[in-house]
Amino acid sequence: MKKIYMDHVATNPLHPEVLDAMMPYFKEEYGNPLSLYEAGMNARNAIENARESTASLIHAKSREIIFTASGAESNNFALKGIAYALQNKGKHLIVSKMEHHSVLNTARFLEKQGFAVTYLPLDKYGLVNPADVEKAITDETILISIIHASPEIGTIQPINEIGQIARGKGILMHTDSVSSVGNIPVDVDSLNVDLMSFAAHQFYGPKGAGALYIKEGTRVVPLIYGGIQENGRRAGTENVPAIVGMGKAAELATRDLQKRIDHVKPFRDSIIEHALNIENLFLTGHSEQRLPGHASFIVDFIEGEAMLMLLAGKGIACASGSACSSRALKASPVLISIGIPAHQAQGSVVFTIGEDTSQEDIDYFNETFQAVIKRLREISPFTKGWEGTEDSACTVKK
Amino acid sequence: MYSEKVMDHFTNPRNVGEMADADGVGTEGNPVCGDMMKIFIKVKDDKITEAKFQTFGCGAAIAVSSIVTEMAQGLTLDEALKITKASLAEALDGLPPQKMHCSNLGADALRKAIEDYKSKQGK
Repeated sequence: MKKIYMDHVATNPLHPEVLDAMMPYFKEEYGNPLSLYEAGMNARNAIENARESTASLIHAKSREIIFTASGAESNNFALKGIAYALQNKGKHLIVSKMEHHSVLNTARFLEKQGFAVTYLPLDKYGLVNPADVEKAITDETILISIIHASPEIGTIQPINEIGQIARGKGILMHTDSVSSVGNIPVDVDSLNVDLMSFAAHQFYGPKGAGALYIKEGTRVVPLIYGGIQENGRRAGTENVPAIVGMGKAAELATRDLQKRIDHVKPFRDSIIEHALNIENLFLTGHSEQRLPGHASFIVDFIEGEAMLMLLAGKGIACASGSACSSRALKASPVLISIGIPAHQAQGSVVFTIGEDTSQEDIDYFNETFQAVIKRLREISPFTKGWEGTEDSACTVKK
Repeated sequence: MYSEKVMDHFTNPRNVGEMADADGVGTEGNPVCGDMMKIFIKVKDDKITEAKFQTFGCGAAIAVSSIVTEMAQGLTLDEALKITKASLAEALDGLPPQKMHCSNLGADALRKAIEDYKSKQGK
C-alpha cells in the first residue's frame, strides 16, 4: 500500500546526510567533550561546530545557543530560568492561549510558586493582538512568552511586533519556535526576542536534540545543576551525536530553506483549494500568515479520529485535535480558544507536508480525503445541520 | 490500538442508515463529547427483526454501533435488553480502556430504542 506521511508537524524523518554526520560520534568518536586528550577535543570541536551552524539558522551568535534535549526542555528552561532570575523584579508573566503544553504547564507550575500569569486570548484566526499584550503588561511583568507558529492551526504570530512592545517596556521576550524554525525564515534580531526555543526533529534532525537561544547578557537560572557543560547553564555530559545531528540539520535547513518552502507551499495550496470545494468544511487558522506546509480543517458532521483512522487505512498519516483522538480525551484548547464550538472541534483534521511529499501524493490525498469524508457522512446522523445540538461543555465523565 | 474486529466493523460497518418506518428509535451521546449514536429497530412478535444505525463519532463508536445492530437482530426485546457495554466490548475482542465509557454507547442507545417502541405500544 502507498504510504504518505502528512504529519510533519509531529516529527520528521532523519535526513540521510544528518545520519551520516552523526554516525562517527556513535562509533569511534566517543570521547567526553570535557576530557583533555584527543578524543575529548574531537567531541568538543564537533559540539562547537554544531553550535555555530545552529546559531546561523536563527541569525544568532554561537555563544547564545544552549543545547537541550527537546523543545519542551527549552520552554521549561526559558520560563523557569527567567522567572527565578527576575523574581525580585516582578512576578508576572504573559503567555497566550496558543501555547504548547510545555509552556502552559510550566506557567501553571509557576502560578503555584506564587507567580501570576496572564493567558492572552486569540482571534478567530488564532492571532494574538499586540494591543492585548500591551494592555496586559504591569509593573510586575518580567517575561512575555508567545508561540511563534501553531502546530495545530498553522497560524504565525506577529512576534516582531510583540517583541518590539516588550523591548520598549524593558521586558524580556521568549518565543516557542519549535514549529517555525527550519520551516520559515527566523531571525532573532528582527523578531525582537531575547529567548527562543527550537528542536532539531522539526527540520530533519534527530529527536532528543533541542536548543534555547539566550540573548547575550540575559541572566537565567539553570534548570539542571551540575558540571560546567553549556557554560554552566545546562549540566550533564553532552549528547554529542544528537548535537552533531542538530548542527548538520541546521546547516541543511539554512541552505535549503527557500527550496523547501517553494516545494511545500503549492502542495499546501492545492490541499486547501480542493478541500474547500467540499461542503460544510472550513480552514482553521490564518489563510496567509500560516506555515507553508500546513493545512488544517474542520469537517462538519463527522469526527476527527474516525477520519484519521480511515485515512491511515489508506496509507495516509495525519493528526486531529478532536477529543477522541487525544489521549487525554479533550478537544484541542486552541480550537476552543479561536471560537470553534466543541461539537465542531471534533471534526478537526491536520495535514502537514514536507520535503518528501510529491505531486502524486497530493493527487492521491485529495481524492482519498474527499472519499473518506463522504463515507463517514453516510454513517453520520447529521447531514445538513447540527439538529438539536447546543454548544456546551461535555458533561460525560471520561 | 484497535482489535481486528473493531477495524472490520469500523471500516465495513453493518446496517448503516436511517430507517424511515422504524418501530423504535433511541439516541445516546452528544456530539459535544465526540460521540452520538442513533439506533432504529423494527419489531415483530416481541422480536427485533431489523436494526440500523447512524453514528457521529470515532472508530470505536462506529464499530460498537455496527456490532450492536448485528447482535440485536433476531433477539427478543428481553434478550436485547441484556446486551451491555461489556458484552459489546467482548464481541469486538476488546476496546481500548479510554474508549469504554465515552464511545461504547450501543447498549444504551438500543435500550432507548426498545423503550421508545414500548411507549409507542402503550406497554
